Amino acid sequence: MTFKEIKKIAEKKTIGIAGAGGLGSNSAVALARVGIGSLIIADFDIVTKENLNRQHYFCAQIGKKKVFALKENIFKINSDVKVFAHAIRLNPENIVKIFKKCNVIVEAFDDAGMKQMIIETVLGEMPDIPLVVGLGVAGWGNNNSIGFRQEGNLYICGDEKTEIADDIPPLAPRVGIVANMQANTVLEIILKGK
Amino acid sequence: MKITLNNRKETIDADILTVQELIEKKNFTFRLLVTKVNGKLVKRDERDNVKIKDGDNVAVIHLISGG
Repeated sequence: MTFKEIKKIAEKKTIGIAGAGGLGSNSAVALARVGIGSLIIADFDIVTKENLNRQHYFCAQIGKKKVFALKENIFKINSDVKVFAHAIRLNPENIVKIFKKCNVIVEAFDDAGMKQMIIETVLGEMPDIPLVVGLGVAGWGNNNSIGFRQEGNLYICGDEKTEIADDIPPLAPRVGIVANMQANTVLEIILKGK
Repeated sequence: MKITLNNRKETIDADILTVQELIEKKNFTFRLLVTKVNGKLVKRDERDNVKIKDGDNVAVIHLISGG
């Protein structure tokens, strides 16, 4: 398939991004570059200096709501992408409301409890929508530990074991690998059978 | 019984057991898990009721912070 053919399919798709931190900002940027039509992005948080070691933001954006900063950055990369930014804390009720029209949803939270919440919500309430999650992104090196598997409509990217801690921080390289694996999985899903 | 657990064939020393019993038997000690049986989500509060039998396909996903 040529890039032109890929773009023609991608521009008709809507992808949900649940969380705009390391996984969300980087996967959204990758999807914007390939020409996804619409991105629905939700996060309540603001950009801090500590985020810049892995998240796709800039120094001048410190203090801004992440969703609005990300919308600005995506517009600079590909102004054809429609970004719907929701500056809210996601819960089981608003997840269904915000993401029900999406072709695929990317789970991009940092907290394990939030990850469990969105997986149970999407699998329980919207089981036909593929959900691509990132599990195990902390640390550095050890490329071969990062894997991928599919459980029905749930797609899992990451090493599935390394939890963040003070001495195992999440850093740009590994978080970026997993975020881009998630974007790559989204592409695979929307291009399947084409 | 023989089941598929996380895409691997496993023999479990029981004829039938609940999802919660399987979690304990396999020593899955993670605080946060998502469980599926034959592709269907089994929510946290259903793990004591849903039973696993021979031939079932079970997924236990460990939730890890970081993103």
